[in-house]
Amino acid sequence: MTETASMQTTLQDITTRLKDKPGALLPILHEIQNAFGYIPKDSITVIASELNLSRAEVHGVISFYHYFRESAPGHHTIHLCRAESCQAMGSKQLEAHVKNRLGIDFHETTPDGKFSLEPVYCLGLCSCSPAMQIDSEVFGRVSPETFDRSLAKIGA
Amino acid sequence: MTVTVYISCDSGALALGAERIAQSVSREAQQRGIDIRLIRNGSRGLFWLEPLVEVQTDQGRIAYGPVQGHDVSGLFDSGFLNGSPHSLFLGLTEELPFFKKQQRLTFARVGLTDPVSLEDYLAHDGYRGLHNALTISGADIVRQVTDSGLRGRGGAAFPTGIKWNTVLNAEADQKYIICNADEGDSGTFSDRMVMEGDPFVLIEGMTIAGIAVGATQGYIYLRVEYPHAHKALTTAIAKAYAAGYLGQNILGSGKTFDLEVRLGAGAYVCGEETSLMESLEGKRGLVRFKPPLPAISGLFGKPTIVNNVISLASVPIILDKGGEFYRDFGMGRSRGTLPVQLAGNIKYPGLVELAFGLTLRELLYDFGGGSANGKPIKAVQVGGPLGAYLPESQFDIPLDYEAFAAIWAVVGHGGIVVFDDTVDMAEMARYSMEFCAIESCGKCTPCRIGSTRGMEVLDDIINGRELNKNIPLLRDLCDTLLNGSLCALGGMTPYPVLSALNHFPLDFGLTDQADAA
Ligand SMILES: Cc1cc2nc3c(=O)[nH]c(=O)nc-3n(C[C@H](O)[C@H](O)[C@H](O)COP(=O)(O)O)c2cc1C
Ligand code: SF4
Ligand code: FES
Repeated sequence: MTETASMQTTLQDITTRLKDKPGALLPILHEIQNAFGYIPKDSITVIASELNLSRAEVHGVISFYHYFRESAPGHHTIHLCRAESCQAMGSKQLEAHVKNRLGIDFHETTPDGKFSLEPVYCLGLCSCSPAMQIDSEVFGRVSPETFDRSLAKIGA
Repeated sequence: MTVTVYISCDSGALALGAERIAQSVSREAQQRGIDIRLIRNGSRGLFWLEPLVEVQTDQGRIAYGPVQGHDVSGLFDSGFLNGSPHSLFLGLTEELPFFKKQQRLTFARVGLTDPVSLEDYLAHDGYRGLHNALTISGADIVRQVTDSGLRGRGGAAFPTGIKWNTVLNAEADQKYIICNADEGDSGTFSDRMVMEGDPFVLIEGMTIAGIAVGATQGYIYLRVEYPHAHKALTTAIAKAYAAGYLGQNILGSGKTFDLEVRLGAGAYVCGEETSLMESLEGKRGLVRFKPPLPAISGLFGKPTIVNNVISLASVPIILDKGGEFYRDFGMGRSRGTLPVQLAGNIKYPGLVELAFGLTLRELLYDFGGGSANGKPIKAVQVGGPLGAYLPESQFDIPLDYEAFAAIWAVVGHGGIVVFDDTVDMAEMARYSMEFCAIESCGKCTPCRIGSTRGMEVLDDIINGRELNKNIPLLRDLCDTLLNGSLCALGGMTPYPVLSALNHFPLDFGLTDQADAA
């Protein structure tokens, strides 16, 4: 099976399996993003036809939510908290360091495709600010030094 | 004899390295041929001591912390499994002053039990509330909740009993219970701690709500930023189903309640209840006009209770011990306990559950120990990103919904974020506008456009440009936001902005209070 064909199969499977749930669209989008790391363009047509929505409606939902993305992320995604508690503990300086270190801004991916950087507005880790998440791992009291160490561990 | 050791699986503890410590303790025990039982509990909420390692002894649980990887073999050498002294020895966990001075009702089990063990939950008074609820009428359940004086802990502080009563009396073929687990506020983590540390208490609270008002379907709308809470909830829900605490014919009562977790997708506004319901229905999270109230026409147009995690998690103890027991805590019209969250620049960050009435100063200094670096505390923001900034002159105000309202502030979700004297309050005001601009649902103009305009005006102010023109302009803009917004995102952004301006005029380039007017 070609890559596009297998993608189509996965999309179809997810959509068919979940479409009868009440309010199925978000669960479907979550599963698609789980499967591919983002929401491929092709999925919009599939979802729209299965859920009886216009493609514009589906696209409107995807673009409304910060978490859904329409392009492939880097190999690792770094979520850096920008909210008040983390600011009180120096997240702005940390943010400058991280951007400088990776050479990218928020919502960007490094040219080698290794890292994507995303802002987040509170991870609920405010008791150990500043906080960040790399993929599914959480980190508290992050300093430029501990950030560099975490990065080194995953191969930067 | 096998010794029981507790190391937390709470995200806050994990962020400080608890996973590594747990693995290291297991490995070390194995190498030394010692048989231990390692339980991953919730967190006691003493985060400056995490990773905290507790050992079960005849006297009670002895705590060691904060434990770093290189401490582990030394702990074994000094015999910590018998509760022996060590430089990290803290004594009995429950005697630690920060913990001992608390009144834990909603958080009674958090940090004590294995969060996903139903047996543990039952052994620690779990499901007693549901058992009681199943023996009385729906109206009587609602009366207990009304008598308790419980007000919504999610922000607006609306009486929970009144909300439930409206749904109870609504005629419909289907009703819903929604748990608002979007906890988007900065400085708040009590919802997360309950969901990770005692998920059954939330499940029990929602089941009682469903039985009370005749709702057979519940949804927990959980923010996607909380993957550990997601796992704990889905595991606990599966166990509750398997043991007959969820589903059809709950405990042989003939009652039905189904429960499902739904994930949000990173939109702060989806914590607003009508926007949340739009999102659950699979749409963009646009705020709905009220009326109709969700209690009359909510999810899919049906009568719906929307309650915060802590509100629902407080219901089991109310049904277990009675509304009056709960009401006897607190002051004025603020009854029961509030799980306060100390965050930001504070020496002892963590969770403090206490009856309403304590002053901010007591929380900041007696519990929190002042700022993390010993510098003076300049400002605290209470109640999340839409809450006011309070200066030192207001630290003697008691935690009480009405007392806060009287000084144009909010208790909100009970989050307290501390800033030392290096903070620039004009920058914080600008951030509030930026946050509103990023998170606006876009339905109304003051919020959608006004917040961006607010950023521009604040940039001018920060750069010292035409203050005599720009300060009044900022006030005007805030006035429009206050009065012209459909929901509290736009409607309350002026709280942090104007409180910063009013209390800290120097940071805005003004020479004193009078200029700020
Ligand atoms: C912008 C905005 C965000 C909100 N976020 C939350 C939230 O994350 N959690 C919550 O429980 N309530 C939140 N609320 C309040 C809810 O609209 C609602 O009042 C609450 O869930 C009702 O539950 P309660 O009565 O138990 O507090 C938010 C309100 C607004 C305006
Ligand atoms: S105030 Fe803002 S978030 Fe609230 S309804 Fe209006 S545009 Fe949406
Ligand atoms: S403010 Fe950063 S984790 Fe809460």
